[in-house]
Amino acid sequence: MAASILAVDDSASMRQMVSFTLKGAGYEVVEASDGVEALNIAKTRSVNLVITDVNMPNMDGITLIKELRGLSSYRFTPLLMLTTESGAEKKQQGKAAGATGWIVKPFNPEQLLNTVKKVIS
Amino acid sequence: MSIDMAQFHQVFFEESFEGLDLMENGLLSMNPGEADAEEINSIFRAAHSIKGGSGTFGFSQVSDFTHVMETLLDEMRDGRRTVSSEGINVLLASVDVLRDMLTAAQEGGEADEARVKASRTELERVLANQGVVDAEPGETAAAPPEVASADAPETFEPVGWKIVFRPHQHLLRTGNDPLRIIRELSSLGEVDVDCDISALPDIHHIDPEDSYLSWDLRLNAAVDKSQIDEIFEWVEDDCDFAVIPILPEGFEAQADVAMPAQSDVASHEEASGATLTSQPDLKVAPPPQERRKQGDRRKSASAKKANSGASSVRVDTGKIDSLINMVGELVITQSMLGLLGEDFSMDKLPRLREGLGQLERHTRELQESVMQIRMLPISFTFSRFPRLVHDLSQKLGKKIELKLSGENTELDKTVIEKIGDPLVHLVRNSVDHGIELPDERVQAGKTETGTVHLSAEHRGGNIVIEITDDGKGLARDKILGKAIDRGLVKEDDNLTDKQIYELIFQPGFSTAEQVSDVSGRGVGMDVVRRNINELGGSIEIDSEIGKGSTITIRLPLTLAILDGQTVSIGEETYIVPLVSIIESIQVKDNMLNLVAGRGETFKLRDEYLPIVRLHEVFKVENPNATDIHDGIIVVVEAGGSKCGLFVDNLLGQQQVVIKSLEANYGKVEGVSGATILGDGSVALILDIPGMMRLASELGSRSGKLAMTA
Repeated sequence: MAASILAVDDSASMRQMVSFTLKGAGYEVVEASDGVEALNIAKTRSVNLVITDVNMPNMDGITLIKELRGLSSYRFTPLLMLTTESGAEKKQQGKAAGATGWIVKPFNPEQLLNTVKKVIS
Repeated sequence: MSIDMAQFHQVFFEESFEGLDLMENGLLSMNPGEADAEEINSIFRAAHSIKGGSGTFGFSQVSDFTHVMETLLDEMRDGRRTVSSEGINVLLASVDVLRDMLTAAQEGGEADEARVKASRTELERVLANQGVVDAEPGETAAAPPEVASADAPETFEPVGWKIVFRPHQHLLRTGNDPLRIIRELSSLGEVDVDCDISALPDIHHIDPEDSYLSWDLRLNAAVDKSQIDEIFEWVEDDCDFAVIPILPEGFEAQADVAMPAQSDVASHEEASGATLTSQPDLKVAPPPQERRKQGDRRKSASAKKANSGASSVRVDTGKIDSLINMVGELVITQSMLGLLGEDFSMDKLPRLREGLGQLERHTRELQESVMQIRMLPISFTFSRFPRLVHDLSQKLGKKIELKLSGENTELDKTVIEKIGDPLVHLVRNSVDHGIELPDERVQAGKTETGTVHLSAEHRGGNIVIEITDDGKGLARDKILGKAIDRGLVKEDDNLTDKQIYELIFQPGFSTAEQVSDVSGRGVGMDVVRRNINELGGSIEIDSEIGKGSTITIRLPLTLAILDGQTVSIGEETYIVPLVSIIESIQVKDNMLNLVAGRGETFKLRDEYLPIVRLHEVFKVENPNATDIHDGIIVVVEAGGSKCGLFVDNLLGQQQVVIKSLEANYGKVEGVSGATILGDGSVALILDIPGMMRLASELGSRSGKLAMTA
């Protein structure tokens, strides 16, 4: 059974790129454009991994991670943040909220796939 | 696996340009000193998205530049920097530059490096200035220092590494798994694993969600320490972790525990993130006014390019679905008619009629729906005006409020693209020549802030765009004086006010005292009128001195199709655009008049209007009516003037598809296009402004403008 990934980003081009890359590697991908949408999806189904941008309208990535950790089915799910290189404090905030790790933007498809392989085995 | 990123580029560009518009609108509506957190946040997010996307898709120049903007916005949204009008202006200018950079990237060209550099310098200057709340002294940090790695003496390469890995109890709750981490480590080389279970409580007290195990790992591979650090990067804070190099035999192993100096790294990164190196020896950037002017020109140039290059339209999927339905209906009707035609007999005639009626209905529905797709709201064109008025009024020292209404009015995509420049010219006129300086306004008993109102609405099958200002109005006497000077009119020509205002549409006409670079060169209004006429529209101007002016533009809903009145002259059929027709009358004796120097005229209410005998103009053989009493006069209007077209008969009103005569034959004076009628014959479409010119030429051999009394 293919592993499933929830990709959350308010930028359509980023979602497309992430989705395309992951689907091409055989993963099932569900997309959301902000934290609220993502949380609603998470409440109705489980995934093997969540990748989320930080800066989004309605609910940002860090709040999303915090909320996800509150769902019983997501307590141990790998949750990765997409963050920019200068956001050291964002990484800390993310960790405090329960993030598993992060992917630094900008990244290329290969880096994305390598990181995903790290957390979905 | 290599993925072609180019497939995502188009979406990236589209969303980036939208983001830039959002940033611009947000910046324009921000008041210095007040900081609406959510507003700044959304501007920040837009910049952040552009930065991220451009980096991801390989536009590193764009990414670097946006990073600087983002840094400034970040400080503003965090409250570390007050929102100053200088900051806003610098950001607005950088939005322009970024727009150009993105356009260049989209077209595969290069942005203007000097301009990019200048804008970036401005941004960095603002960043380095006071206005930073809680500025930390000595903030000019250069690149973050190297992470201290208390390692083995550099001269001896380790042959392996000993890693002590003691996860804290909660590690699993971060979604990390020690097993995955160790597995990843083993991808670097052979790993000997030794698990320490000493911390494991008895079975009754184990919480399966906690981590009690620790590991001593030995990696037998001569890899770089950084590779190991990378593997443990995510769990740094959630474990006790030590990496000890294994030196070749004969050397003492370093007892120092090489824990990365975390807190130092974190604070350094923070510090350097907040400011950029100030570059005091960079040459002074050109004064803002100048640059903005360049910016404006460049903006309109690239906007023009973008307009002509942009070839995609966003369509609601609902519209597409209903189109598909209609096509389906059409196919059904067509096959029904086909069936009828196969074995036709006269008793089937009613069904044939019905089928044809259905065909007409479905075709019309389809036609309207398809045209709808090319319709875009005029907000696309209106959106540039807040910025324009803002910049211009600042530059001129005036206070002007821009009101927009009817932004949702939809028009054909091509019309929208072509109406932009004329509108810009007209709004600039209002701002430059119409609205007075604040002092003048107060003296005249008006409010300090002038208003320019730009509106659009559907009115009777046309789009009507109005630009109204409450400025000083047109200087009627000045205009008349200038026209007399230029020999356009004679002193005793008795023109109505409206006709006098029309004079400003003549080429080279400008009564501006000083020609500013904004407007006043007199090259504008005639071009504006020509552009609007080319779109099949008309423009009129009305004004009241001291109170203000109103410019009214009428445009057809679409370029390709025209509502026309078919008329016959002899055997020929001509089309008169319905939008120009005032009325059609049959002439009675007492209405005719032969006025010296004006040719044939007829009286309509209180005016004497010239008659244009179309059968003479088009040299039609065998017209049915040569005596005015035998035919019909179609009264038409263009540019504030009226005339009567003399034809044989009115045939009917219908929609015609405009075919270009120019493209297929050549330009003909008085004819704007042609169409093919239902019976296959060709009908010429009259160009009403051209007809007006003909009327004036016919009426006055002496070159006067033939105007009504």
